[in-house]
Amino acid sequence: MTLPSFRLSEDPGPDFAALVRRMGLSPVVPDSPVDARLTVTHGTTCVAVRYPGGVVMAGDRRATSGNFISHRTIEKVFPADRHSGVAIAGAAGPAIEMVRLFQLQLEHYEKVEGAPLSLEGKANQLSQMVRNHLPAAMQGLAVVPIFAGFDTARSAGRLFQYDVTGGRYEEFDHASTGSGQMHASTVIKMGWRGTLSADETIDLVLRALYEASDEDSATGGPDLLRGIFPVVATITSSGFERLEDADLEARYLNILGQVATERGGSR
Amino acid sequence: MTAPFYVAPEQMMQDRADYARKGIARGRAMVACTYDQGILLCAENPSRMLRKISEIYDRIAFAGVGKYNEFDQLRIAGVRHADLKGFSFSREDVDARSLANQYAQMLGQVFTHEMKPMEVEILVAEIGHDSAGDQLFHILYDGTLVDETGWCVLGGEAEAIGSRMKEQWVEGGTFAEALQAAVDALAGPDRTLVVSEIEVAVLDREGPRRAFRRVEDEDVTSVLGSNDTDIDT
Repeated sequence: MTLPSFRLSEDPGPDFAALVRRMGLSPVVPDSPVDARLTVTHGTTCVAVRYPGGVVMAGDRRATSGNFISHRTIEKVFPADRHSGVAIAGAAGPAIEMVRLFQLQLEHYEKVEGAPLSLEGKANQLSQMVRNHLPAAMQGLAVVPIFAGFDTARSAGRLFQYDVTGGRYEEFDHASTGSGQMHASTVIKMGWRGTLSADETIDLVLRALYEASDEDSATGGPDLLRGIFPVVATITSSGFERLEDADLEARYLNILGQVATERGGSR
Repeated sequence: MTAPFYVAPEQMMQDRADYARKGIARGRAMVACTYDQGILLCAENPSRMLRKISEIYDRIAFAGVGKYNEFDQLRIAGVRHADLKGFSFSREDVDARSLANQYAQMLGQVFTHEMKPMEVEILVAEIGHDSAGDQLFHILYDGTLVDETGWCVLGGEAEAIGSRMKEQWVEGGTFAEALQAAVDALAGPDRTLVVSEIEVAVLDREGPRRAFRRVEDEDVTSVLGSNDTDIDT
């Protein structure tokens, strides 16, 4: 690998995605529907919820290919940089590739320019990536992310939801994506209040993912047998922090106890 | 059309080298050295915005002296090289040695083939997982690549600064000792450097994934103490 050098008029500047394209490293877009001939692995439900101190982001761990469970421990929630995170649903391969590119895009910009992008700038970058992915989405490889971060300029958490065309919509209270989105967001909608603490928000998000897994076969629930729990992270002024599995296990045992009590012993 | 005068290759290289050296000597110098927890990079630089020291990758830093636009171009090329390599392979596969080789190739090419050599001297530093793995690659304007141990000096007056560094620097010393040695070496016996005129950064061995960190003025002041921050009158 040699040092990349460009003529001034062709210089990609701080844009890593443009650099990747210029170096011929971008993936080829399929010219016919991929999912018509192959089974594509899909990642499913992710949510993000705002609370006064920041944002809680979470995603279940299941990936499916048609009616099969292809992975039990896939991760769909990632740090994008120190103060932001990205969660993805859709075709797992291109989705994880998009996250890698997005993470590098932010880091590359920061290094080349000597200062990080604003949160708004990061959200717009992701929007462009989803937009550029549209030709592949048309062939059955759709990727729909959520972006959340702590805006250090405003001292508040912010959420962005996307559609498959790259449309970017800022949400005030919560955002969700993936096949279990409807059930998860209903639970959050019913339980959300503007005054929830970080702790209460985490429990609400875990309950939402539990209910989504109860209704949607493509969403994985807490697996107490194997010790597999959703990826849950808080994004606050001190940055992106993932919760420990032991903490999540305790919280889920509590939630399952609650569910049992609510049912009053009836099966 | 008149035939160009014959110039002996020795003479041509000599002229170019003199030209580059003069350009580099006009700027101010920088020092890098290892300490117990990492690598310190310290440059004399009155500007807060135009940096001489910067981050290339997780464990790799870059420093340049001489003509700003030329070493900044090299810095950006290095960031691109490292990020592309990490993207194509993995983060662990990005290393300072290969980057330093690329820089040496590029500077050597420019020196022999272009009208004007680059008036720069650069440093590629990589922090190891233990002190034995620390690397300092010093690359000259003509592509000469030197693998330095412990410390190195870039820029004009390198010899004088180097001899002071040799006296003061101790292997495996603390950050404060290393910084004191570097600042004293840069300043020399007749000058005192003001904190606002030095740029300090470290590669931190035990830090987060991205080991590069700039050291703020307050922290530099607290290490150097007030006697070094006064302007000599």
